Amino acid sequence: MNIVVAIKHIPSIADDLPVKGNNVDFDSVDFVLNEFDEQSIEQAALVKEAVGGTVTVVGVDLIGELDNVLHLALAKGADKAVKITGDNPAADSHMQAKWLAEAIKGMSADIIFAGVQASNDLDGQVGAMIAAYLDMPYIGGVSSVEVSDHTVTVNKEFAGGVGAKYSVSLPMVVGVQASVKPPRYAPVSKVRQIAQTATIEKVAPTGEASAGLAFKKMAPPVATGHAEMIEGSSKEVAAKIVELLKSKGLA
Amino acid sequence: MSNDVFVITEHMDGKFSDVSFEMVGKAKELASAWGGQAAAVVVGGGVSSNVFASDSTIHIDDAALSQFNPEAYGKVIEALVKEKSPKLVMFGWTASGMDLAAWLSARLGKPCAAYVKNIGADLTMSCQAYGGKMIADVAPEGDMAIAAVLAGSFPVEAGQGSTAATTMASPVSLDGLKVKFVEAIEPAGGDVDITSQVKLVSIGRGIGSKDNVELAEELAGKIGATVSCSRPVVDAGWLPRTRQVGKSGLKVKPKLYLMLGISGAPEHLEGMKSAELIIAVNTDKKAPIFNVAHYGATADLFEVAEAMLELL
Repeated sequence: MNIVVAIKHIPSIADDLPVKGNNVDFDSVDFVLNEFDEQSIEQAALVKEAVGGTVTVVGVDLIGELDNVLHLALAKGADKAVKITGDNPAADSHMQAKWLAEAIKGMSADIIFAGVQASNDLDGQVGAMIAAYLDMPYIGGVSSVEVSDHTVTVNKEFAGGVGAKYSVSLPMVVGVQASVKPPRYAPVSKVRQIAQTATIEKVAPTGEASAGLAFKKMAPPVATGHAEMIEGSSKEVAAKIVELLKSKGLA
Repeated sequence: MSNDVFVITEHMDGKFSDVSFEMVGKAKELASAWGGQAAAVVVGGGVSSNVFASDSTIHIDDAALSQFNPEAYGKVIEALVKEKSPKLVMFGWTASGMDLAAWLSARLGKPCAAYVKNIGADLTMSCQAYGGKMIADVAPEGDMAIAAVLAGSFPVEAGQGSTAATTMASPVSLDGLKVKFVEAIEPAGGDVDITSQVKLVSIGRGIGSKDNVELAEELAGKIGATVSCSRPVVDAGWLPRTRQVGKSGLKVKPKLYLMLGISGAPEHLEGMKSAELIIAVNTDKKAPIFNVAHYGATADLFEVAEAMLELL
C-alpha cells in the first residue's frame, strides 16, 4: 500500500506573531510542524504496521528548514521523505495544496493523510484541496482508520462526541483529527542518526493556484473585554483564586 | 453572477445547528445590502426546513443524502452553486462545513476564507487565525467567494423564521459514490458527564504530561470539581475524549471553569465561553483566553495549583 502524508510547516503560535505590512512577518517567526500533522504521521505509521506498505511524507519547504521535520517523520515510521522547494514563506494553502497534489500524482498513492486543519489555514485546509485537485473523496475530522483490501473504514467526529463511520473505496484523502494512538516518541539519538544518513528527495513546485485573498490587515484581536488580571507571585495568585472561590461559595 | 448569498445549513437528528441560523441572519443583511436574495440551502432529509428567515429555502433531498456524506453533499452543492452563481456561499467552519468549503473552493477556482468571524458589505472577511491570536482582514478577488464561518459569530435569532422551502431532487447523479455512510457513532458512555458538572478544572497542553494530570485531579477533588480538558490533552492520550471541551468535544456551562494551561483557541472557546465564572492561569500573557476569562493570571500552573492545594 502506498501511504502518503502531506504535511504543512506553519508559523509557531507559541510566541507573539510579529506583523509586517498586512500579514505576519514570516522572516521573524519560527516555523513548526502543524500539530495535526503529527497525528497524521502517526496514523500513517499505524496503517503501515497493520497492512504493510510504504509511508512517504511530503511537504513544501517554505523557509529551507523542512529537513528537520522530515527527519523526525522518518524517525517516527515514514520510509521516504520528499520536499517541494517552494521557498516562499507566505505560500497559502491553495498554492501548497496544488504543489502537493502535483507531487503526489506520481506516487500512485492509495491513501493520503493530511492534518484536518492548521492554525494558518486562512483559505482552507490543504487536505480538502488536495482531494479536489486529485479528484479523490475527502473526509476530515477522522479519529480512526482501518484499511482492508481496497477499502478504508474511517470514523469521523462531529460535535459533542457524536460521530459517523464511513466506508470509502480507495484512493482517498483523510483529514486526521487524531490518530488511533497518541503520536509515538522518537528518541533524539535516532533523529540525529537519520539526519546524517537519510536522503530527502527534492522536487520543484509545479502547478499554480492561489487563495485569491488580498490581505488588508493583520492584527491581534481587539478585545471586547479582558480578564481582571491577578498579579503577584504564584503563591499570591493561588491565595487570591482561593479567596475568590470561597467568596462565591465555590470552594 | 447574482448578488445572492447561499447558506449551506447543517442538521443532525432533525435539528439545525445554531450556526445555520447565525449564517442565515448575516446572509439576509448582506444580500439586502447587495440587492440580492439570501437562500438557505438544506441538503438531506429527516428535517423540517421551513424554519429560516431566509428570502428562500432550497431543500434538496435524495436517499443518498439522508446522512451527511461529504462526497454526495459536495457534488450537490457544487452543481447548485455552478447553476445559480451566488456572490457568496457560506459554510460553518464545523465538522461538516470543513469537509466542503475548501474543497469547493479548489473545485471552482474561487476564493475561500476560513475561521471567519465577520463579513463586511464590501465582502471583507475577518478571520480569527493563528489559534485566535490574530485577526486577518482579507478581501476575496473576483465575483464569487466562499466563507467558512466560526460558530457563535452572529446572533441565532436573526436567522429564525418560517420561510417555506422549495424541495427539489438532486441536480446531479449520486450513483457510484465512493463514500458510503455506515453508521452513526453515539457518544462514549461510562464516564462522568462533564456537561452536567457545576465546577470544572480544565487542563490544556500546558499540563505537560500524563503524570501531571494527577495534580489537576487532586485540586479538582478539593473543591468538588471534575477535570475536563482541551483537545491536545485528549490527542496526547492523557484524558479520555469524554472529558474534552470545545468544538469537537462537548459544550459546557458550569458555575466555575478554572483553566490551567489552556491558551484559548477559538475551537475551545466555542465549548465554554458561557461558563459563569472563568478563571485562567497561563504563562503566555498574550494568550487569547485572557480576552474571555473573567479573572486571569500569568503564572506557572503547577506552582499555582500546588499553592492552592496548601490553602484548601
